[in-house]
Amino acid sequence: MKVIFTDVLVIGGGLAGLRMGIGAKRRGHEVIVLSLVPPKRSHSAAAQGGMQASLANVIKGQGDSEDVHFEDTVRGSDWGADQDVARMFVNTAPKAVRELAAWGLPWSRVAPGDREVIINSQRVTITEREEARGLVAQRDFGGTKKWRTCYVSDGTGHAMLYTASDRAIAEGIEVHERAEAIALIHDGKRCYGAVVRDLITGELRAYLAKATAIATGGAGRLYSITTNAVICEGIGHAIALETGVACLGNMEAVQFHPTGIVPVGILMTEGCRGDGGLLRDVDGHRFMPDYEPEKKELASRDVVSRRMEEHIRKGKGVKSRFGEHLWLDVTLLGRKHIEHNLREIKEICESFLGIDPAEKWIPVRPAQHYTMGGVRTNHTGESPHLKGLFAAGEAACWDLHGFNRLGGNSVAETVVAGMIVGEFIADFCDKPENTVDAPIGLAQEFVEREEAKLKTLLNGNGAENAFKLNTEMQDIMTRSVGIFRNGEALKEGVENLQKLLERSRNIGLTSKAPGVNPELVAAYRTQKMIKLALTVAYGALQRTESRGAHFREDYPNRDDQNWLKRTLSFWRDENATLPELQYETFDVMKMELPPGWRGYGAKDYIDHPDTAKRQAEIEELRKRMEGEGKDRFAVQEALMSFRDKLPENLRGLNERIDEPLNG
Amino acid sequence: MSDDQKNTASGGQTRQRMLTFHILRYNPQDPDSKPRMQSYQLEEAEGMTLFLALSEIREHQDPTLQYDFVCRAGICGSCSMLINGRPGLACRTLTKELGTDITLAPLPVFEHIGDLSVNTGKWMRGMSERLETWVHAKEEEVNLSKAETRMDPELADKIYELDRCVECGSCVAACGTAQMRNDFVGAVGMNKVARFKLDPRDARTDDDFYELVGDDSGVFGCMSLLGCHDVCPKELPLQTQIAFLRRKMVTIKS
Repeated sequence: MKVIFTDVLVIGGGLAGLRMGIGAKRRGHEVIVLSLVPPKRSHSAAAQGGMQASLANVIKGQGDSEDVHFEDTVRGSDWGADQDVARMFVNTAPKAVRELAAWGLPWSRVAPGDREVIINSQRVTITEREEARGLVAQRDFGGTKKWRTCYVSDGTGHAMLYTASDRAIAEGIEVHERAEAIALIHDGKRCYGAVVRDLITGELRAYLAKATAIATGGAGRLYSITTNAVICEGIGHAIALETGVACLGNMEAVQFHPTGIVPVGILMTEGCRGDGGLLRDVDGHRFMPDYEPEKKELASRDVVSRRMEEHIRKGKGVKSRFGEHLWLDVTLLGRKHIEHNLREIKEICESFLGIDPAEKWIPVRPAQHYTMGGVRTNHTGESPHLKGLFAAGEAACWDLHGFNRLGGNSVAETVVAGMIVGEFIADFCDKPENTVDAPIGLAQEFVEREEAKLKTLLNGNGAENAFKLNTEMQDIMTRSVGIFRNGEALKEGVENLQKLLERSRNIGLTSKAPGVNPELVAAYRTQKMIKLALTVAYGALQRTESRGAHFREDYPNRDDQNWLKRTLSFWRDENATLPELQYETFDVMKMELPPGWRGYGAKDYIDHPDTAKRQAEIEELRKRMEGEGKDRFAVQEALMSFRDKLPENLRGLNERIDEPLNG
Repeated sequence: MSDDQKNTASGGQTRQRMLTFHILRYNPQDPDSKPRMQSYQLEEAEGMTLFLALSEIREHQDPTLQYDFVCRAGICGSCSMLINGRPGLACRTLTKELGTDITLAPLPVFEHIGDLSVNTGKWMRGMSERLETWVHAKEEEVNLSKAETRMDPELADKIYELDRCVECGSCVAACGTAQMRNDFVGAVGMNKVARFKLDPRDARTDDDFYELVGDDSGVFGCMSLLGCHDVCPKELPLQTQIAFLRRKMVTIKS
């Protein structure tokens, strides 16, 4: 057995993993990053639109601050977010933008003077300030009060990933490419590393580390139509679940992006609508203002996606051989804007649809896009159940997004969580008591167990076909656990997935080819993915309310009285066909922003008994402190102190044109 | 909406073509495997890309077939291969643009992993380490509370223009020099040097860059065949960048 030792094992080479690794390495710890693919090919690259940070440089961002970003994020989450984490995040986001700028990221910059933009389908002239000349620019995005999304033309994720990846190379961080963690090594209390399969040779290796961090992104491939890359299969989620000790949070919270192209589901960035693009129906009618007069096309993604499906159900969809769809119209933005700021969109339209988006409308329909659920961690990124196991980014539920993530908050989360959790991992490794006496025997045991599982697949003469089971799982998820959910369909979905899980224990292979063996890969991943699918479907069945992206036709209201809580899924018994669910209840009396109306979407919800009390308390405190002349930082601190939860180097304030820092 | 658009949406049923794929097969991990061409037949479907075609072949005809797809949207650069002899991104190549006989082979130059899969990642990491493809900052510590350093908006756009490279390896596979010299940095490498040379945040001087690419493994190894420029899927101005860099480097030592 080959054993590799390191201080920090990062599983996943996207933005979150790389940034965590850089943080730990800069604090003097050895880091190895495992990546299924060369890290620059990670799915982070596909984030086209941008990253939210309240810099308030552009004129339409004037007045923006951590406070506004915080409120937008919590409202977006439909009060499912952890408010401490949201505060830590909004305070760090501007720092992340500025760090990346210093590392060479070519952020789009503000040019002072007049420029024409499209707002609510009108051509308007806005004037950028001279003081903003050359600072990082922001664009509009869904569910935000201010223009806050920093961007690099239309390749933000790509540029961020290349900057971070090249930075990791500069720091001398080792990346083991084409390596897949298939099990975590642990003793029920502490995580010691992972069993890793080499995706070139097929060999198994043990990696032993003081700290193990999961940053494997989302699980979009549980669904048939997704914007996610083919590697987003949730295997990082699954190996945490399979420890039987660590758990997953809010797996039923799945985001559908309004504008995936039909039929393949490739993403048309939210920047299309942020920059003024419209949604139209079969009659060419712009329908979103009928449903959402306030935010129109720029309500949060869960709301826009539901409104689109609702409109299609009313017979207003466009029929095509791939089913019904609606139109995304960016023609009004003009060719110059499209070829400059939305070039990726143009390339995709040309390559996959054979159309020129400057002249023709784009066929779109909501597609699975983002996994809000993930490995449950506390605010430091560490699992509360399995010591030494950390997680960050889409793979984690620490929990920034609650039941719906805002556009522009995902790449922002990757680097922000990477900065924060990287420091906490370094703190963890600094402590002498966390030094590992390499448990070689335990590693041997885990490697042998995984070897045995693979042998069973290879030689067990099972009757089931892995590819077929995977497709069936995706069909069940799409049919029963999609945008509109109800008890009956969910129950049927859960039962079908349970049957599928049992069948997956009897997968057989037709090929025993040495090396990576793609069929073997599909086999062990499908077994894991069906378990994950069950955490989503079963969580959705049990949650008898509607919140954010989780919408129950039979329980259409948000129910704060009974459901202001986070779902935790455990898989303690290897032979079970269902996860065990527990719930983590929120304390309204500690919230800075108690539950209310989001500013878009449904207005009827069932209040939590504490909401009115807390609201009155907040109003009184705010009035008193503002009367005493206290500034916004002091008021915030009194409402919900968070600053001491951040690593020391990230506690500082953020400079803005209208909020200069002294000294 | 134009009538034309309505027609596209409803889409008339036409008889699909039968495609024959000729694919180079070889598994270096298998001592019994020998390089050979293998053929597969597949009925074409509406909007079929090489990604969809190869996935269908693996799932229904031959589960041993190796290839590399990640984003399947032309963004990540994983899937470059020789498509009828020419390097290109397979995921965004529509079969309707090709004849009924389609030949697929792995990119040359790179270490072969199996069938259509090659190790571009290892090559690119080597190139990055050698050319130090990161900003060499003038100051070690950045105060993250302070506003960012200003940059001319047009310069930022120019840098991004060169930053759009996806390291797919097409330019290296299409390069005459790269076939002959293992240490040649390729158009991908020279484009990166041009990108960092443009960046005012990078403290390196022209002399420093000369040290990196001022020899036959760099700008002077280029034979100006410019296959790189022709095949770049992101249409980067590689010809201009190489010419620019060469002129610069010549003036340094003359």
